[in-house]
Amino acid sequence: MVTTSTTLPSAGPVSGSRSFFAGLRDGDEIARLITFLFAATVVLITLLIVYMLWRNSVLPRHKFGFAFLRTSTWDPNFDQFGALPFIFGTLVTSALSLLIAVPLGIGAAIFLAELAPARLSDTLEFFIDLLAAVPSVIYGLLGIFIVVPIMRDVIQPALKNTLGFLPLFKGPAFGIGFLTAGVVLAIMVIPYIISVSREVLLSVPRDQREAALALGSTRWESTWKVVVPFARTGIMGSIFLALARALGETMAVTMVIGNTPSISASLFSPGDSIASVVANQFTEATGELYTQSLIELGLVLFLLTFILNGLARLLIVATSQRGSAHA
Amino acid sequence: MTVNAQLRWRKFVSNFMLTMTGLCALVAVSVLFFILGYLVYHGGTSINWDFFTKLPAPVGENGGGMANAIVGSAKLLMLATLFGVPIGFFGAIYLAEFSGSNVAFVVRYAADLLNGVPSIVIGIFAYSIAVQPFKHFSTYAGGFALGVMMIPITLRSTEQFLLGVPRALREGAMALGASKWKTISTVVVPAAYRGILTAILLAFARVAGETAPLLFTALGNRYWSQGWNEPTASLPVMIYNYAIGPFEDWHRQAWAAGLVLLALILVINIVARAILSRGISVPRS
Repeated sequence: MVTTSTTLPSAGPVSGSRSFFAGLRDGDEIARLITFLFAATVVLITLLIVYMLWRNSVLPRHKFGFAFLRTSTWDPNFDQFGALPFIFGTLVTSALSLLIAVPLGIGAAIFLAELAPARLSDTLEFFIDLLAAVPSVIYGLLGIFIVVPIMRDVIQPALKNTLGFLPLFKGPAFGIGFLTAGVVLAIMVIPYIISVSREVLLSVPRDQREAALALGSTRWESTWKVVVPFARTGIMGSIFLALARALGETMAVTMVIGNTPSISASLFSPGDSIASVVANQFTEATGELYTQSLIELGLVLFLLTFILNGLARLLIVATSQRGSAHA
Repeated sequence: MTVNAQLRWRKFVSNFMLTMTGLCALVAVSVLFFILGYLVYHGGTSINWDFFTKLPAPVGENGGGMANAIVGSAKLLMLATLFGVPIGFFGAIYLAEFSGSNVAFVVRYAADLLNGVPSIVIGIFAYSIAVQPFKHFSTYAGGFALGVMMIPITLRSTEQFLLGVPRALREGAMALGASKWKTISTVVVPAAYRGILTAILLAFARVAGETAPLLFTALGNRYWSQGWNEPTASLPVMIYNYAIGPFEDWHRQAWAAGLVLLALILVINIVARAILSRGISVPRS
């Protein structure tokens, strides 16, 4: 690095001797300026999103303060807005989806990265990428007409009969509700977990595997005790990424969660999430305070996903650097 | 003997777990075929000529189609492309060719942040910028919302492909006396054009199915939209409204619209990947 920086000035004549005016004549400076403006727009839009969310949620922030996040009365008629049921719904459905998606996704990623021949792995990854491209409203459509009836008629009665003594599985089986939303979300985030985890697992250096096999471990032992721990942080990153997706997912959840603000121990009960209450009530919201309370919910969601995405990216970068440093 | 038994057990565990991972992969991939199967089955039986040519029937009546939503989606996507692609494309040129590392870091960070913003929040943002000040919903606002979502995807992948263009090509052009801008526009961008085209197509496919940002920007419309400044129907919003609606015939049309939308998105995805794989393989940075 030191040598590069000392030789830079002498390498200058290629670009350095060209004066600003020569650059201007050739269009270089103009091109630089124009492309800079476009790049700056990206930063500007991002800042504007934060600013707009902050500015347009000033009324409820001043009126309720942090009580907005702690209280659970959502009553537009009496100007009472507490976000707790929605935060609860968002967290419960996201947690449920991870519970289902993480084992499945990581299992599939291990198969794609460790076992499958390269051709098969690439073909399957192609299908997984297509799956990630399916829009959420399509998942919602299938959720309403396929998943909800299956949940109502098969899975929820079965859960009730076997595990019904737990408060989690009590209450009438409507089909819609937290559990169904969690299942649909799980199906939606699995492709993200698989794609990223597969990349991370593939970046684990070959000699790690060979060393484990040479010491006499079986294929599974080398995978589970050596490769997976090596890629641990990156896999965590893929999970955080999936969690961020699940938290912000709107349409599919809105279509199957039931849209009733409630905090309930039962996963069968209909609920509501941050994104779905905004989707449902925003156009009908009358009055500044009502609209702004919904915007504040958007702000909460933005902050949650912002933190998670940041963490996810850090973890993924950390692993791939570790992998390439050893390779 | 015990060592042998232990070894057999370890081999059994190994085979068992590896089979399980195979099953996981099978389940995950089969979801795609379930989705396709259901949509082709339900959508295929409900799609007809009326769907493409007629306006929605009055609420509660059978028949009608989604001609206005198809045109509406096309208009929204055109606006989104006109807004999002130039910003993403030229921004990427700045990042890859002109910028110092500090500015590039800030822009990349902002783009990644923007990419992670939930689509419903983009909807709120577009509402605050393009609906609230004008006091009415419009096609412009919907196109703006979708365009914002296209920016980070276009930007980040275009940058990747530009950086993948070998340094020797740039130096060759410079050595022949071309200015930097000339080098970029006649050598670098053409060398990476397949990748850039792929990036744009994928961004397009990604926003084509977005519903949440349109709910309170383009709103919806049961008639032909009277102009760019008026609310317009779009396929994803129609699917949503019809799927949660009470009428059997609406559900039928929601399936049909779902099939059309998914077919469009999958075809664009496959074409985009085909374009990329046929081209010169650009090394990933």
